[in-house]
Amino acid sequence: MANPKDKYKIPVLDGNIPIPKIVPGASAYEHMVEAQKVDMEALGFPFKLKDGWKEKAIGVFKEILDNNKAVRDYMDICVRCGACTDKCQFFLGTADPNNMPVQRQELMRKVYRYYFTPSGFFKSLSNSQELTEEVLKDWFTYFYQCSECRRCSLYCPYGIDTAEITMAARQIMDSIGLGQKYATEVIHKVFKTGNNIGIPPLALRNTLDDLEEEIKDESGKDVKIPMDVEGAEVLLVPPSADFFAMPHMESLKGYAKVFYKSGISYTVSSYASEAGNFGMFLGSYKNAKEINKRIWDEARRLKVKRVVIGECGHAWRAAYTYSNTMNGPFDFLDSKYRQPMHICEFTLGLVKDGVVKLDPSANDDKVVTFHDSCNVARGSRMGDFKGGQIVIPRELIKAAANKFVELREGTTKESTYCCGAGGGLLTEEVMNLRLAGAMPRMQTVKEAVDNHGVNFYALICAICKTQFSKIFPLHGFEEEMVGGIHQLVSNAIIL
Amino acid sequence: MAEFDYNGKKIETDDEGYLQNLGDWDKGLAEVLAKQENVVLTEKHWKLIDWIRDYFIKFQVAPAIKTLAKEVMSIENLPDKKEANKFIYELFPEGPAKQLAKIAGLPKPTGCV
Repeated sequence: MANPKDKYKIPVLDGNIPIPKIVPGASAYEHMVEAQKVDMEALGFPFKLKDGWKEKAIGVFKEILDNNKAVRDYMDICVRCGACTDKCQFFLGTADPNNMPVQRQELMRKVYRYYFTPSGFFKSLSNSQELTEEVLKDWFTYFYQCSECRRCSLYCPYGIDTAEITMAARQIMDSIGLGQKYATEVIHKVFKTGNNIGIPPLALRNTLDDLEEEIKDESGKDVKIPMDVEGAEVLLVPPSADFFAMPHMESLKGYAKVFYKSGISYTVSSYASEAGNFGMFLGSYKNAKEINKRIWDEARRLKVKRVVIGECGHAWRAAYTYSNTMNGPFDFLDSKYRQPMHICEFTLGLVKDGVVKLDPSANDDKVVTFHDSCNVARGSRMGDFKGGQIVIPRELIKAAANKFVELREGTTKESTYCCGAGGGLLTEEVMNLRLAGAMPRMQTVKEAVDNHGVNFYALICAICKTQFSKIFPLHGFEEEMVGGIHQLVSNAIIL
Repeated sequence: MAEFDYNGKKIETDDEGYLQNLGDWDKGLAEVLAKQENVVLTEKHWKLIDWIRDYFIKFQVAPAIKTLAKEVMSIENLPDKKEANKFIYELFPEGPAKQLAKIAGLPKPTGCV
């Protein structure tokens, strides 16, 4: 039988993260599968390039420049200082110069100069470039080798955010019929079933029944996971992977136990059964808003007082950062609570108040480390103080486990490396790219395992969990090392 | 999109080899799909293929991993879900989503999974 490992280019782990010598075109072969007609049309996009695509693309580009001040500025203000060049995990992993943030931005900037600056027409003077099919090919390749993690923007003295540029480029491509199958198919599923996976209500209930039964078998307690209950106090919105995959489901058990012990009534929803928001990945405001709206419509319909979001990085960014402008205000909810609230803040609050008791010795078989998810660490906040998104998850881990160590300094907190598959890259066809993007992080994992005996890798993001569950075994680490913070809570909670 | 000939009929798959039309599936086609995945089907594989197809027909989605593991525990008399998962990966080394679903003619599970 073929060994899955033979198919992939697996980076060697020695604990070092060297800056590679550039290899032009090194990852040019990595391509996303193009979107299907049915999905593109469901999202309001055309399918395949049609006559007049170029004018349309430039028109959409102009709209973005007119409406998005940040992107407009980013087109002009880069001074080529090079601070970003070695900060992207995809450049470090692939050595392809188009994966240096400045160069990725340049793919769009040179088209910007051609159409939108006075000197643009004089190609040799301004290094500008007409938008051709050849350029589009590069866009489709390299704007899908960015996970929109924003690590580069942290180091840019001007704060240029490549994620915004990537999102703008994807928006332009989608608007002329060039889409990516994975993200468009997923969004289409949200519109059809309420979640990325396509789980209909009956299947969701069946899954929740199985989970309740498992908790009962393990603990003897009747911990319930209610669905579509009107009048519950809290609407809990996890990423749908929590209803489907491992290790995600272990965290869902953790949330359920926390609610059980707190006595706070809650419900999940079969309509808003997805915290994730792939509309954000496309840079499509319209789709992102539509997906986000489901949560708040459901909060109104079920007459809940609070909304709590599960362990999911970009979901938290979308819900925390964009909800209010997209679909607020939320004056129908209880103003005593932050809306929405992250499940880590929710649980930690109950632990601190003594409502939920944790026995950290239940996790004494584990040496835990924590991977900050990019969209949480760099794209949002948590709680009511600056840096809460960094502090709260760590405090919760330390309440649930006795042995905790940090990953290498400079690769954690707001400087965290991306797992390598965010931003719509979590798809099979670019497994080599995912391995390359995960390389810097995996070097620090190797170090933590070798030096500190780390055997549990705690996460608060569905994408991180899936990515590392695939990547760890390819590097010879146990898949079971990967898990959620609420998996630790689930083990430690005294029921 | 891709296609191949099977018993004189053109079978359409997506770019990753999952059947486009679930109605095309029969046991012979499952053997062809299994061969593409380097999986040799035995009685044990078939039990899971039949079960997951029934599940899909009833629920319109593939089962959650724990639901699958629960079923495997019961069919194979295994002590817990961990053992069941191990068993599933022995049969389908690249995982149930990638190989069991594909061979059973189901669409690829998508999302953050």
